[in-house]
Amino acid sequence: MKQFLDFEKPLADLQAKISELKDFSTERVDFTGDIKKLEKKADKLRKDIFSNLSRWQRTQLARHADRPYTLDYVDHIFTDWFEVHGDRNFRDDPALVCGFARFDGQPCCVIGHQKGRNTKQKVHRNFGMPNPEGYRKALRVMQMAEQFGLPIFTFVDTPGAFPGIGAEERGQAEAIARNLREMAMLKVPVIVTVTGEGGSGGALAIAVGNRVMMMEHSVYAVISPEGCAAILWSDGAKGPQAAEALKLTAPDVDSLDCVIDDVIPEPLGGAHCDHKAAAATLKSYLKKHLDELMAMTADELIEQRYDRFRKMTRISE
Amino acid sequence: MVWFKRKKAPVAPVEKKTVQMPEGVWTKCKNCQEIIYAKEIERNLNVCPKCDYHFRVSARERIDLVLDEGSFVEMDAAVRSVDFLDFKDSKKYKDRIKAAVKKAGDGDAVICGSGLLDGLPVMVAVFDFSFMGGSMGSVVGEKITRAIEKGLEAKAPVIIFSSSGGARMQESILSLMQMAKTSAALAKLKAAGIPFVSVLTDPTTGGVTASFAMLGDINMAEPRALIGFAGPRVIEQTIRQTLPEGFQRSEYLLEHGMVDMIVPRQEMKARLSQVLRIFTKS
Repeated sequence: MKQFLDFEKPLADLQAKISELKDFSTERVDFTGDIKKLEKKADKLRKDIFSNLSRWQRTQLARHADRPYTLDYVDHIFTDWFEVHGDRNFRDDPALVCGFARFDGQPCCVIGHQKGRNTKQKVHRNFGMPNPEGYRKALRVMQMAEQFGLPIFTFVDTPGAFPGIGAEERGQAEAIARNLREMAMLKVPVIVTVTGEGGSGGALAIAVGNRVMMMEHSVYAVISPEGCAAILWSDGAKGPQAAEALKLTAPDVDSLDCVIDDVIPEPLGGAHCDHKAAAATLKSYLKKHLDELMAMTADELIEQRYDRFRKMTRISE
Repeated sequence: MVWFKRKKAPVAPVEKKTVQMPEGVWTKCKNCQEIIYAKEIERNLNVCPKCDYHFRVSARERIDLVLDEGSFVEMDAAVRSVDFLDFKDSKKYKDRIKAAVKKAGDGDAVICGSGLLDGLPVMVAVFDFSFMGGSMGSVVGEKITRAIEKGLEAKAPVIIFSSSGGARMQESILSLMQMAKTSAALAKLKAAGIPFVSVLTDPTTGGVTASFAMLGDINMAEPRALIGFAGPRVIEQTIRQTLPEGFQRSEYLLEHGMVDMIVPRQEMKARLSQVLRIFTKS
């Protein structure tokens, strides 16, 4: 069943009406005129809604239950995909999927957070919140990609790294920190796309790339709006206010001019309305960046990645 | 029938005696609740003489504790944070910075520079928790990165004393990026074979733990310091369980293999010197 956010509701109702009319249409009864009128109205409504999204609404879109997840993009963008499992130390973490595939024929490595759609899957995927073993698996696979000279694509979509007792015991902080350090030295191209929620360190741990892009309705911030509200206003319900303050949307992040390279446009209504179209646009961006990076030597890639993050500073002296 | 009668009127309550006691002469230890003469704690390097509880110390005090007298040369003291997002909660970030600078007398939550440790040239970065909870924004990340790069250039070991609530929310995404920036600088240091010692002090959590603070060739912790990724309150709210005794304290991290050693403040300088001399050729 399709799910709708509050602000999508008027649009959904209108679309329901249109499809009802279509169902009623027979050869004798012709609603074409009405349908056309309603469709025009729907288009206008969609444009109105999506041109005036608040930061909180964009956050909700980034978390939309029908939004494409890593494995959806894998389906649409890559061929020859096989998943690999486990960190070789503790267990396999289903919240972070890793594997190898072909991108337009080019062998490559794919890593991404994975959320679930129904309750059972959500629990299995731990709501896309990896444990340390997830990050350690990702590092193992990235270093394998380096060994075989394969470019790495990562897809970021997590509320954050899992805050639990076991995660702390097994060194959540160390696992994230190590990834940040090791990713900085990878000798192969790393292309990062924030597809949904870019939640703090849990996102960054697979996001140290030569290129970093954000989908139009994705968000990327140092803390979730709810977490920020809980700390600053002692009230987790003030998420909408915190979202405004954190300036976490793709256009916001892009306006800093140093954190991301591109904002990838989504189909009108959001990527969840048309997975295939969203994936096709994303693919064209991935292709462009991959071509540029494949022409660089290992040393150039490391240096370019270092400089990229080195420049991320706003200070006065 | 009443057997005993109170003959005297009840004694009037003693009027509350006010003792004139200047502020700050006595301190109550947060751990053992003992009331202790403040000067005695200070003499004992801000460690409780009764129970060995390590009080938080300012960055300047810590520098005095570990570096040779008069050897510290500060770098980047004039660097200041900028409110580029116009961040506002109950107060504007701009005003928070101003107030913190005024209170601390320092530009931000970390002080960096070079100095001598038992005669060995080192680069140090020391957090001050009293400056906005030691939070890491652009300035902290930049100063630490420069200190590491300076260590790389001068081939001098780097020591970072962490005490931080994590990344600074008021700089949102750029705070997060400081984690990647500082860790990348450490990658270069590692490749160059220059030692990095991370000293974790109370409290070190969030984005600071999840970047350079956990990346020491040697990770040292002060006794009973709170060290973790997620704060204890967040974990309790997430899993809805009370946390085990001693959870996320230095001793717990040692037991779980996350720090190499616990070093009391009194032994810190000697231990740093011993460790660094093993890893540097001189």
